[in-house]
Amino acid sequence: MLLEIDNVTLAYGRIQALHGISMTVGEGEVVALIGANGAGKSTTMRAISGLRPVAQGTIKFDGEDITKLRADLRVIRGVSQSPEGRGIFPGMTVRENLEMGAYTRRNRSEIDEDLQRAFTLFPRLKEREKQAGGTLSGGEQQMLAVGRALMSRPKLLLLDEPSMGLAPMLIQQIFDIIVEINQQGTTVLLVEQNAQQALSRAHRAYVLETGRIVKEGTGADLLNDPAVKDAYLGVA
Amino acid sequence: MDFSGLIDNFGPLTVTGLAQGAIIALFALGYTLVYGVLRLINFAHSEVFLLGTYACLFAWGLFGLDQNSAAPAVGPMLLYMVVGLVAAIIVSGAAALTVEFVAYRPLRRRNAPPLAFLITAIGASLFISEVVGVATHRNQTGVPPIIQARPVFTIGDTTVTNLQILIVLLALVMMFALDRFINGSRLGRGVRAVAQNPDSAALMGVNKSRVIALVFLLGGLMAGIAAVMYDLKIGVTRYDAGFLLGIDAFTAAVLGGIGNLRGALLGGLLLGVLQNYAAGLFGSQWLHAASFVLLVVILLFRPTGLLGESLGRARA
Repeated sequence: MLLEIDNVTLAYGRIQALHGISMTVGEGEVVALIGANGAGKSTTMRAISGLRPVAQGTIKFDGEDITKLRADLRVIRGVSQSPEGRGIFPGMTVRENLEMGAYTRRNRSEIDEDLQRAFTLFPRLKEREKQAGGTLSGGEQQMLAVGRALMSRPKLLLLDEPSMGLAPMLIQQIFDIIVEINQQGTTVLLVEQNAQQALSRAHRAYVLETGRIVKEGTGADLLNDPAVKDAYLGVA
Repeated sequence: MDFSGLIDNFGPLTVTGLAQGAIIALFALGYTLVYGVLRLINFAHSEVFLLGTYACLFAWGLFGLDQNSAAPAVGPMLLYMVVGLVAAIIVSGAAALTVEFVAYRPLRRRNAPPLAFLITAIGASLFISEVVGVATHRNQTGVPPIIQARPVFTIGDTTVTNLQILIVLLALVMMFALDRFINGSRLGRGVRAVAQNPDSAALMGVNKSRVIALVFLLGGLMAGIAAVMYDLKIGVTRYDAGFLLGIDAFTAAVLGGIGNLRGALLGGLLLGVLQNYAAGLFGSQWLHAASFVLLVVILLFRPTGLLGESLGRARA
């Protein structure tokens, strides 16, 4: 397993956000994490990327225990996150934002290669190359956040709500790109409100409710699960 | 009000103001760099500067120089300048890092509220200044005449001295170098990233603690250079020299837009010049009062300072 989360709990002050969750992501998979607002999806992502310290439990990445490792060192191990709210650097140009994604890398020609790949995946970013990140539209910022997360050549790509705020056509497109990224060899863990898209594109998925994992299965299984349909897919 | 005092001396007041402003600007960079990354006013920065003013005196003392020494020839003068600058830079840089490691980092580890940082900042500032005060019996110390101020050229009735030229040039060169570093280098980009979004910076692999140490160090280096210039220009230093000029430097940083490097330069030069105009107009005892009137008036119209806030947003 590339990522193994074992019985992790996490609290914000006195508010318990995660009540001992366990999940795994295998190499080459696209795994989706779905759930309602406040279920703990983004908190799980922050625990994996190291932005939030966990109270108990362990997180293993590539066989190594990274539970106590600083966030910036997890990037070097191969974990990369496109965060909730996108986290664009508003005063840097699109190109500088992308280059920030490659901060831990030194090989200039490889970085240039990956810049070109990002521009190929998101031609819109090429058009906006010299524009400040803060002046982009929400959809463009989303593309920039995903493109930037790829710039570290991660083994595991964490995407927090990549479809948030996007027009329906762009949602299709961004999921197509996620599948493409995965086929190029990157493992993806995906947090989504858009359960329909996420489940239909993911190999496996977990359902999170108030800080606990209540269901897991293949994307197709969960798509057909009556309880999931009822709660997250908006169809009776 | 003495308009003729201002008009008759307009040229000399401007030149004096620019030299003073250049020192203030270098000093102000330390406030602005740390604020840009931590949103913290590092009040102890004034003592980082203070220690610099003594460090170069100490280094010159090793060569047997004191205030009564004769002015050196060109060769030794260059040597003394380099030695003095290196000593001040090392001591001020080390002092800035020490303040960060002793006064701030332990608080950050414990997630202390902003008020706690304010108190330790003031505490660290008082502590250093008092230690220097006790060690020097609160006497002022004279500076050896490393560079004798000599007129280089005269425009109308305005004489410009070699020292004034050196101070302004050195400030501009250091500003340019710092600007290139912050906007052009990989580490500088890391600094801007932390300033603009600390969480995202961590997700890019930026070591936040290292960036914080770096901005303290950079601010200390600039303060060290400002300290040497101050010694040469004023001719004496004292345990409260940092406090007095520190208020000007902090004002300049806010004036230009705190967190903004180019704002610190603009704010420093502007403050230096306008202070001297005010001194010509109302008498020199009003110099500091004038700078606060100026600050309030400018903040009324531009609440984030002349060039606006944020280290990272300041782009060419």
